[in-house]
Amino acid sequence: MRKNAHKRQILKFAFFKYISRGALLISLAALSSVVIFILLRGIPYINMHLIFGDFTSKNPSIKPALIGTFYLILISVGIAAPVGIGSAIFLTEYTNSKSRLIRIVRVATETLAGIPSIVYGLFGYLIFVVALGLGYSLIGGGVTLSIMILPVIVRSTEENLLAVPASLREGSFALGSSKVRTIFSVILPCAASGIVTSLILAVGRVISESAVLILTIGMVVDRAPDNLISPGTSLALDVYYFGSHGYPEQAAATAVVLLVLVMAINITATVLGKIFGKGELANG
Amino acid sequence: MDNKFNITVKNCDLYYGDFQALKNINIDIDEREVTAFIGPSGCGKSTFIKTFNRMNDLIEDCRITGEIKIGGENIYAKGTDVTLLRKNIGMVFQKPNPFPMSIYDNVAFAPRTFGIKKKTELDAIVERSLKQAGLWGEVKDRLRKNAMGLSGGQQQRLCIARALAAEPKILLMDEPTSALDPISTGKIEELINELKVDYTIVIVTHNMQQATRISDKTAFFLLGEIIEYAKTGELFSNPKDKRAENYITGRFG
Repeated sequence: MRKNAHKRQILKFAFFKYISRGALLISLAALSSVVIFILLRGIPYINMHLIFGDFTSKNPSIKPALIGTFYLILISVGIAAPVGIGSAIFLTEYTNSKSRLIRIVRVATETLAGIPSIVYGLFGYLIFVVALGLGYSLIGGGVTLSIMILPVIVRSTEENLLAVPASLREGSFALGSSKVRTIFSVILPCAASGIVTSLILAVGRVISESAVLILTIGMVVDRAPDNLISPGTSLALDVYYFGSHGYPEQAAATAVVLLVLVMAINITATVLGKIFGKGELANG
Repeated sequence: MDNKFNITVKNCDLYYGDFQALKNINIDIDEREVTAFIGPSGCGKSTFIKTFNRMNDLIEDCRITGEIKIGGENIYAKGTDVTLLRKNIGMVFQKPNPFPMSIYDNVAFAPRTFGIKKKTELDAIVERSLKQAGLWGEVKDRLRKNAMGLSGGQQQRLCIARALAAEPKILLMDEPTSALDPISTGKIEELINELKVDYTIVIVTHNMQQATRISDKTAFFLLGEIIEYAKTGELFSNPKDKRAENYITGRFG
């Protein structure tokens, strides 16, 4: 009787082990087939002209998109990083953790983080393109993106600040430090690696975003932007443009560039996190 | 607060919300002596020691009444400079809490807070403080290394050096050796004996042998009250209160 029950248990465990192993295999296969497919299709069409050359309708290039993407990162992270980190500092260091304000802000940031990006795009379109009359512009797209990544930066910075042990705050105050000195000399340096990692991941979101940009920067693929008020394009938009306007090879090649860039960013984030994080907070 | 650094407490009550953690505390703590607070966990001794440098300010809904004077000045009076108060009253915590930065930067932290920037001056303070804390010989060749690489006992002595670098007059120690091994504990006890020549030291301890080894006077706390306060030798050999006697002889607590 007992022996049978035991046998059933063992069978059950084995069954679940194979089920979960199978699930893992399927997800790995799905992921790697996408990556391999893109690489196989795209790599043969990558060349110097595509990346650095001037755009002609016969021989398109992604130089305008590289410049546009660079500007978009600069604008969006340039705005969202200081505002987001500042908000997170206020939320963790200056407010009572049980206060209603904090709870409302938490729910709001979580909701904002979950809104589909096309909604942000529509907002950016109505504000910058229509109401402010800027037309399609990199600045409009960049600011809209900054609003989109802001909740992500606030939440992750907040988590990193909360992870700094209270004993370090106490230690600093007990030495006669002001709140400002405690924040800048003790808390922020301790949380720096996590904050930098979250900023890099935010850059990744900016690079891979397309819905917001279709509605705000105009997808002008054939010339580099003159300034921030010019319309422009980004790598993700170029993939869409090339794919839908009869340049399948260039679309595949651009997808490879995009993929490599996002992978590089994620690896950088992981490596930086490890380097900074070494030895830090070792006594918890 | 000029020259005298004795602590006088009159009718002190402290509440966390509705809970009364300290009940009508009266005590005089002499300068340049070691005063030990003993008592079972949760009796209010740690809460009480934190009122001297107003660390309880950081706790939400903590309320305090009565009078706490240091060098004759009420430290809860309006207009008290808490920053200066905490500079004059160093604190060492139960768990070593060095900042995750270099040994040098840890010790130079408070001097820099108070505006000392010159390298030669900082160097001198760091060396002097580490020597006072008995750590100089062990770390003088790796001042730029991260303090988190030190052992627990070294970290705690670093925290003492960090507190001393602010040039305090009073040193508060909240169970400073409870997280340390016997050898590190011994080193810190020696240190306390050396430091009491210059500093008023108040120490919370769970270790009664420690109290007898290092303190001049001892206060026994129970449920938020001081039950007995006397010369250490007297309190341990001839306690007047039955509850103190029971605690000291190990019958409860």
